[in-house]
Amino acid sequence: MSLEPMTVDAPAQLDEARPTRAPLPAAVRVAGVSQVFERGAAPVLDGVDLVVAPGEFVCLVGASGCGKSTLLNLIAGLTDPTAGRIEVSAERPALMFQEPALLPWLTASGNVELALRARGVGRAERRTGAQRLLEVVNLEGHSGKRVHELSGGMRQRVALARALAQDSSVLLMDEPFAALDAITRDVLHQELTRVWAEQGLSIVFVTHNVREAARLGQRVVLMGSRPGRIVREWQVDIPQPRTIESPGVSTLAAEITRELHQEISRHAH
Amino acid sequence: MLTEEIGNRDRSVEAGLDALDTAPDLPRGPGVGRILVRSVLPPVVFLALLVGMWQLAYVAHLKPPYALPSPADVAAKFWETVQDGRAGEAIWTSLSRAAIGFGMSLVIGTLLGLAMWWSRWLRAAIGPIVSGLQSLPSVAWVPAAIIWFSLSNAAIYTVVLLGAVPSIANGLLGGMKQVPPLFDRVGRVLGLSALGRTRYVLLPAALPGYLGGLRQGWAFAWRSLMAAELITYSPALGQGLGQLLNIGRELSQMSLVITSITLILVVGMAIELLIFAPLERRVLSRRGLTIR
Repeated sequence: MSLEPMTVDAPAQLDEARPTRAPLPAAVRVAGVSQVFERGAAPVLDGVDLVVAPGEFVCLVGASGCGKSTLLNLIAGLTDPTAGRIEVSAERPALMFQEPALLPWLTASGNVELALRARGVGRAERRTGAQRLLEVVNLEGHSGKRVHELSGGMRQRVALARALAQDSSVLLMDEPFAALDAITRDVLHQELTRVWAEQGLSIVFVTHNVREAARLGQRVVLMGSRPGRIVREWQVDIPQPRTIESPGVSTLAAEITRELHQEISRHAH
Repeated sequence: MLTEEIGNRDRSVEAGLDALDTAPDLPRGPGVGRILVRSVLPPVVFLALLVGMWQLAYVAHLKPPYALPSPADVAAKFWETVQDGRAGEAIWTSLSRAAIGFGMSLVIGTLLGLAMWWSRWLRAAIGPIVSGLQSLPSVAWVPAAIIWFSLSNAAIYTVVLLGAVPSIANGLLGGMKQVPPLFDRVGRVLGLSALGRTRYVLLPAALPGYLGGLRQGWAFAWRSLMAAELITYSPALGQGLGQLLNIGRELSQMSLVITSITLILVVGMAIELLIFAPLERRVLSRRGLTIR
């Protein structure tokens, strides 16, 4: 994978004097990123460093309001950081929201085709391309359905197919399964890990659900609140296929939860 | 081996969920008989009652016959007007004026709505006036239009435009204001240009509001046209429905007046029911925004 850094430079406190080593290839590189929304207000993010290796599945967990989504939007390039640098190996990372955010006047296929159109894919290829991507998420029989005719889980799978249609090596996901019921979520976890393995994607997955993070990630990164920063991280060595009930997943989730609770308690008076 | 087994099991769970979560194909809508009973019968019964009361009022001599003709007299007059071609001519004249006037309003209103969306300054400057114009009965413009353009088609179109343009512009602007910001973010994440986002995201998303504006714009255009035709009577101008109504007044022919009113009502309703209602229903049901 070639590294074409999409650099956001800011008058940052980047340590130029530090001896430069050849950096390891990274899908996402976040260096010393801080974000202040209003002058004089407390920073939302403070000195965040994060490197995601090509093909790595990283989960970001933290209490709500800790700045996870802000960090994701920065990586997506939707906003610019107040300070620090962000490099992404893909020209435009794909992004999935908590809502499926499908356009209701288009069919399932039409939504996927719009992403292909944005990339300049020709009309005939858009058709077949969308069909192929809907097959990837097991929705081949539903391509002509409109958004309101699909269940919540199916909508989120169309959104996944649309994200895949962006043909980006980096996929950013902002609590994409938070609004789904537990059974549907289990199935989508399976679906996502399969797609991730098949397509060799680098994924940054934001969630407040610690079990979900332990179930999915190769690495779980815990963020603290006010200001948002990285507190601790865990390498997850439990082999796939895992399930949410796998003993290793439960043990790790318990440990992360303990740490998260500790972090939250620090903010009590 | 084990992986494959879990994969297969999950696939069937997924397929089962999809089947359970999507609505089964509902039986087709109600039959013709049900539709007749539910939506055709009530207005017919009501109309019959109305005509019955009218006949009673006529028999009871509430008003002298020249002021309150019998339903049979009016029916005869109606038939006569249709037979001698005056009804057809008036309908054709008024409808073609309405089509031209509404067509111009459509273009101007749409451009105005888009301009108000793009320019914050323009929106602040003329937004309140455009909204205010909606509540000004456009018949108020008739004297001004006659002074500017004398008794001509230009005067009629001026009144129609001033009636319909504000509704169309406001409908489009309102529709665009209601587009969820999330849709615009989707467009940006997908990498669509500003123009692409307008073409493929903003405008389709605003379509229901725009259609509502068009519908209201049509109603205003039709009303304005009738007001204008009623007042701008001149032999040089073609004879529209409003002018037919005016002839009835001048001849003190109540049966012709009622005939004209009926024709105006029927034409206005026909356009609404044949064009705007199906269009709106189709757009809304495609988006899952209607209840059956």
